[in-house]
Amino acid sequence: MTDTAVKISDAAIRRRMLKEFWFYFSQNRGAVIGLVVFAILVLTAIFAPLLAPHDPTHQYRDALLVPPFWQEGGRAEFLLGTDAVGRDMLSRLIYGAQYSLFIGIVVVSIALVGGIIIGLVAGFFGGWVDTVIMRVMDVVLAFPSLLLALVLVAVLGPGLTNAMIAIAIVYQPHFARLTRAAVMGEKAREYVTAARVAGASNLRLMVKTILPNCLAPLIVQATLSFSSAVLDSAALGFLGMGAQPPASEWGTMLAEAREFILRAWWVVTFPGLAILVSVLAINLMGDGLRDALDPKLKRS
Amino acid sequence: MSLFSTRLLAASAFALMAAAPLHAKTFVYCSEGSPEGFDPAPYTSGTTFDASGHAVYNRLVQFKPGTTEIEPALAESWEVSEDGLEYTFHLRKGVKFHSNDKFTPSREFNADDVIFTFERQANADHPWHEYMAGITYEYYSSMEMDKLIKSIEKVDDYTVKFTLNQPEAPFLANVAMPFVSIVSKEYADTLEAAGTREDLNNTPIGTGPFKFVAYQKDAVIRYQKNADYWGEAPKIDDLVFAITPDASVRLQKLKAGECHLMPYPAPADLDEIRADPNLKMDEQAGLNVGYLAYNTTVAPFDNPQVRKALNMAMDKQALVEAVYQGSGVVAKNPIPPTMWGYNDTIEDDKYDPEAAKKMLEEAGVKDLTMEIWAMPVQRPYMPNARRAAEVMQSDFAKVGVKVDIVSYEWGEYLKKSMEEGRKGAVILGWTGDNGDPDNFLSVLLSCAGANPGGANRSFWCNEEFSDILAKAKSSSDHEERVKLYEEAQVIFKREAPWATLAHSTQYVPMAKNVTGFVQSPLGDYTFEAVDLTE
Amino acid sequence: MLRFILKKLLYLVPTMFGITLVAFGFIRLLPGDPVLLMAGERGVSPERYAQIAAQLGYDKPIWQQYLHYIGNLLQGDLGNSLVTKKPVLNEFLALFPATVELALVAIIIATAIGVPVGVIAAIKRGSWFDQLSMTAALVGFSMPIFWWGLLLIILFSGVLGWTPVSGRISLMYFFPPVTGFMLIDSLLSGQKGAFASAVSHLILPSIVLATIPLAVIARQTRSAMLEVMGEDYVRTARAKGLSPRRVIGVHALRNAMIPVVTTIGLQIGVLMAGAILTETIFSWPGIGKWMIDSISRRDYPVVQSGLLLIAAIVMIVNLLVDLTYGLINPRIRHK
Repeated sequence: MTDTAVKISDAAIRRRMLKEFWFYFSQNRGAVIGLVVFAILVLTAIFAPLLAPHDPTHQYRDALLVPPFWQEGGRAEFLLGTDAVGRDMLSRLIYGAQYSLFIGIVVVSIALVGGIIIGLVAGFFGGWVDTVIMRVMDVVLAFPSLLLALVLVAVLGPGLTNAMIAIAIVYQPHFARLTRAAVMGEKAREYVTAARVAGASNLRLMVKTILPNCLAPLIVQATLSFSSAVLDSAALGFLGMGAQPPASEWGTMLAEAREFILRAWWVVTFPGLAILVSVLAINLMGDGLRDALDPKLKRS
Repeated sequence: MSLFSTRLLAASAFALMAAAPLHAKTFVYCSEGSPEGFDPAPYTSGTTFDASGHAVYNRLVQFKPGTTEIEPALAESWEVSEDGLEYTFHLRKGVKFHSNDKFTPSREFNADDVIFTFERQANADHPWHEYMAGITYEYYSSMEMDKLIKSIEKVDDYTVKFTLNQPEAPFLANVAMPFVSIVSKEYADTLEAAGTREDLNNTPIGTGPFKFVAYQKDAVIRYQKNADYWGEAPKIDDLVFAITPDASVRLQKLKAGECHLMPYPAPADLDEIRADPNLKMDEQAGLNVGYLAYNTTVAPFDNPQVRKALNMAMDKQALVEAVYQGSGVVAKNPIPPTMWGYNDTIEDDKYDPEAAKKMLEEAGVKDLTMEIWAMPVQRPYMPNARRAAEVMQSDFAKVGVKVDIVSYEWGEYLKKSMEEGRKGAVILGWTGDNGDPDNFLSVLLSCAGANPGGANRSFWCNEEFSDILAKAKSSSDHEERVKLYEEAQVIFKREAPWATLAHSTQYVPMAKNVTGFVQSPLGDYTFEAVDLTE
Repeated sequence: MLRFILKKLLYLVPTMFGITLVAFGFIRLLPGDPVLLMAGERGVSPERYAQIAAQLGYDKPIWQQYLHYIGNLLQGDLGNSLVTKKPVLNEFLALFPATVELALVAIIIATAIGVPVGVIAAIKRGSWFDQLSMTAALVGFSMPIFWWGLLLIILFSGVLGWTPVSGRISLMYFFPPVTGFMLIDSLLSGQKGAFASAVSHLILPSIVLATIPLAVIARQTRSAMLEVMGEDYVRTARAKGLSPRRVIGVHALRNAMIPVVTTIGLQIGVLMAGAILTETIFSWPGIGKWMIDSISRRDYPVVQSGLLLIAAIVMIVNLLVDLTYGLINPRIRHK
């Protein structure tokens, strides 16, 4: 009986926390705009096959480098024009949203899970385990992230999957450090000691007791990493080391468009704009999340 | 000497050079990459040879501009012995080496320089053999000069005799190549004494049409005309290489008048260049070939009928249009049309899927699945191998042959494609080194080339063909050689170890006021004859 | 203080060691064989292959190669490029000034604009200036700079024709490198117009490279200022009737600068990553482009030692930042 009562109140607490969170989050106009744009992006990615007017890889041989419809020479069938081999820009951009979201999700998941495990282990056990792990993290952090990702991709071979793995590896120390710091802070708290006295195992302690209490900074970091992942994977694509043509990944599209930069502004402008808008939306959300989750900033 | 004062010295030297005549004619070439160094011997890239071998140096003999024929250079004349084993070169007198702030030659070019040039590459014990850590003489060994040359002898100051191990007609073309550019022994001795041997590679001294002035890494190379040049002195006063790796930026600079000539325009830009009233463009078939090599040792490709049938199933015209986008011509022979010995009477296999299908049936080939290898990089002879493979895939599907396209990392690709018993057909190509047909046919199609370390990727070993090549190689009668190579091409076409795909075209866009530029079939960029009209 | 520095330096040793392991290990994992790449389509005979591999030391067991590499490193030998055959250190030093010049100008732009904007935004919190500048900062923070660079080229080089497309200075000017910094060298050369030319070549790349650090610095300055202004002593000072300018100038700003200095210092890693992209777009002859080219050419020694040098520089700068932080904030030292 008491069990269910506890559960109900648990759920109630959670609901109240969520409500409070939403209150602070919705106070932030930018964050809400970001959320809306992000939602649109997600919907675009999901419904890309329905939304895109053309097949993103079909080459219309009679329509090379057609400008957007409002410009002279533009055609209504290609709203944002076509690229050098006659592919519809709009359709490619729409399908590109799938790549970006997919990259963001995969990279953040790998980095988050890996980082949490490493951070938990380091923070919980301390001692030489901690020292070794943190030294390794220092080594990874000593390299500029993009450079390290580049070398990793060169090792693994160019391609989208390898680019995602490389970026995830480079991001993972941030999560590890955060988790470790949080664990160190929480470890000394009374509720942890209490759980330990009650005979909780190490694993249970780490996962069930400590982890939920250091989620807030991780969530903020995850959002930040999401936007960085979109940026960095586009940069890798731009350098020819990420998704390979004819994939309509935005960075790869930019790389292909480079030679036309002074002749066909639209093949250069739109993919970059798409990257900027997505990253901006995610960052706006991230700001809102941080404000809503960080009690210290809430005060001011 | 302190660092500061050497810098001051250098500065004063620069100041002297800056004080050139007021109406100095400066020619700017937007080059496609940085030279690896300025000693032509240890390197292999054309970019390096343009910047060093061609601008700064000369060879014993040279290619007549615009052709692959040999003409005298630092050797005024030469004799070949009856047995084809002895080459005696009579050197030109009165040829001066350049000077710079650290070196002023005390003597003119002579036999010692020739011997130094060859010896340092040939002899592993030579003090200059490894004057920089880890250098190798790739061209010297890959052209098999080490196996070919038995001895080099100084007869007198102006006569040098080479003795070969076997008669080899392409030897003359080999010594016209940049890797045996004549280096000053006196300069080397001076550097040795100063303890700055690596300057042989940093601040080159040669006999060529231009003196090296300065190189700013990855940015710009400056030369000045060699007023004492033994040949006709250059018409321009200063030559500048503005290093611009990006093709569209090169074009931008050319249009803006920041440079006068550029190599390798992007195919997508060709129409725009043609339309520009301030530009003109030279074009020529390059000295290269792109091909698909079957493995002739593996069934069913060991049957010439099958190879022939596949060649007929391939719509090469469509392939060249899709892949080369107007910068290539269909190839029917393994050597390009600009090369002597090209057999123009050969008729290419007709595109005829129906007949091809019938031939495959006759050969008993049914439900064939094959691999086509597409290399992962762009090469001068093949702009997009993957796209080429896709075209072949759809063509072969029409005759009932299923194609899987595979690719490997470039180094792996080169290695795996030469492994015995390789499955599948390989897309690859070749760019000529010295304009001799032997440099294509022996390397790529002889029995010897099919051994490990060779480059015969069809593993095709036809005694008749190889015998003709051997005969042509040991003959010093040019007319006879032409005949033999023409004959060899007939055998090649009959046996079809490859599908010959295309020869890519070289385009050279330049400003309207550039005169005297002669395009080299070897893909070299040389500027001793260029001029700028007002 | 000395102990603090020593401790920090000692900390670097295992990290540096780890970095050599990573740099070396990655390079040995890189697929593709430099000897095969050198030979190209021609192929290389097994004997010749063995000969070259032996000359380059690739025939020895991997741990021996590593020990050899470390041994050479300790003697200051970073190896020779496989492509140019020249010492990696020489190549690095020839190109490094170009990157430093670009990065320095970028960080100066970022600081000179970012700090005042952040301060004003904090003081006028909630004003249109605050909102506008912070929106701009977030846009800058989200910018794919490789695209931003292309846009600027389209506008300023293509449409307006104000700036050159690439390079460090017009080919018209020619003078010996004294410092390696084109801005200084062009002034020293005394040639008319040289400095202006150098500036016009530098302006777009440095703006592009400055974008993200500028955004970060502006945001950081604003939040640091807000935090400090909320603290008791500032309130007290204000209550005492000190003029707002004095309060902000003397008390708030000085304290807010502590985290800002750290932020500026930590941007060095961002700058190095940004330099790779910026140099690629503008064909800027610096080490970012050099690394990219070397990776694609499988120039093992360059990638390996280049990684090491860049990591070392980032770490040293971070250490300097730490020390500065320790200096301006004595509390840290005694912890």
